[in-house]
Amino acid sequence: MNVSDLHDLVAAHALDALELRERELFERHLVTCDRCRGELETLQEAASALAFDVEGPTPPPELRARLLARVREQQPASVVPLARRRWAVPAAAALAAAAAAGAVGLGIWGLSLSRSLESEQSARRAEARALEIVSDPAATRYPLRGADGAIVVTPARAAALVVSRLAAAPSGKTYELWVDRGDAPRPAGLFRGGGDRTIVALERPVPAGALVSVSLERAGGVDRLTGPLLFGARAA
Amino acid sequence: MQNRRSTMPHEPEFPAAARGNTVVALPIPPPPSSGPFNHLSDEALVALVARGDDDALAALYDRFSRVAYGLALRILRDRALAEDAVQEAFLAVWRTADRFLIERAKPSTWILTLVHRRSVDLVRREERRRADPIEVAPHESGAETADEVEVRAERRIVQHALTRLPADQREALELAYYGGLTQTELAERLGQPLGTIKSRMFTGLRRLRELLAEEGFEAELSRR
Repeated sequence: MNVSDLHDLVAAHALDALELRERELFERHLVTCDRCRGELETLQEAASALAFDVEGPTPPPELRARLLARVREQQPASVVPLARRRWAVPAAAALAAAAAAGAVGLGIWGLSLSRSLESEQSARRAEARALEIVSDPAATRYPLRGADGAIVVTPARAAALVVSRLAAAPSGKTYELWVDRGDAPRPAGLFRGGGDRTIVALERPVPAGALVSVSLERAGGVDRLTGPLLFGARAA
Repeated sequence: MQNRRSTMPHEPEFPAAARGNTVVALPIPPPPSSGPFNHLSDEALVALVARGDDDALAALYDRFSRVAYGLALRILRDRALAEDAVQEAFLAVWRTADRFLIERAKPSTWILTLVHRRSVDLVRREERRRADPIEVAPHESGAETADEVEVRAERRIVQHALTRLPADQREALELAYYGGLTQTELAERLGQPLGTIKSRMFTGLRRLRELLAEEGFEAELSRR
């Protein structure tokens, strides 16, 4: 499918009238096409107005109760209640929530955040991985210095960063994780921050004695540390 | 873990944080525990939801659930499936509100798009689309809430705007949006080339947007 064909899909996408395959193609196209993104926002607003034309019954009260029960049993991933029950996050519930959100994946809304659908999807996978790590009962927690949070390391040396009230990275910037085993800091993943609590899995293992730290780098990340270290912790 | 600083050589000092030149740990005041949300805009509610306020999610649900459920039911024609679609959409709202926050889209667009997307995916999976429509009683419960009165006002605007659309455009929009048909199915159903269907949808949505703007459609269910 060539690009002008892809431009033509914007109204159908706003109406959810694309086959799955076309939807994927179009969402990928959105990443690089400002024109279609702008157009989609406009058309999506008109499309969703059609919902108001529907006259239906009141939803059953059980639905509200069920929804709120699910909500209360699973805090959003960004606010997993670490303090309340140390690492005893109900992993299955958290993962189910992650899957549910993925299943109704946002078209445009995820995009401007992560700049690409691919990285949005891999961000979700990383989030699921991070939840697995922090919910591992055998994991050890190393409190951060410089920020409120911890590095969590499993016996297999998989690690996740948990940090509270981290402001979102400014535009054009990203937070970057580093693992330093004593030779040089090596990049271990990017994240954006924002929200009450950020949980992110490290992309490389954290051996005993390694220093895990975070810097602010230009968007897209860098191979070599340039920014000052903002916060971090050393794993024992 | 104890005395890490003394045992670990070359411990960095995290100078940026130490200088107070910090991009981290902006204090966020705790959300109000519960209480009246009526005066809050949809955007404010979403901001509270992003901070983990489940009462704000309940308030958002109360605002939009009737429209959301009506939409899901119209597409899915099955109450249990419609409930699933609405529940999953609001769980997605709960989980991804923080990501949505930085956008400038309307919360109503976001929420209803989630409900619609989920409903369409479910109906395609269930292949229930061509089943006979079930009869849906429009008003089952007694008194209308204030939100419902507002929904009714928005509905009148949308209905009126739709009557001003050219019939072929309106038909394409309705079959796609409420019927869950893909554009290819739409072309087959209407016996038109795909290109014609695409342009009807595009022109129709654009025109609908203009008409809605003319008529002052807001889709903002907070108190005004």
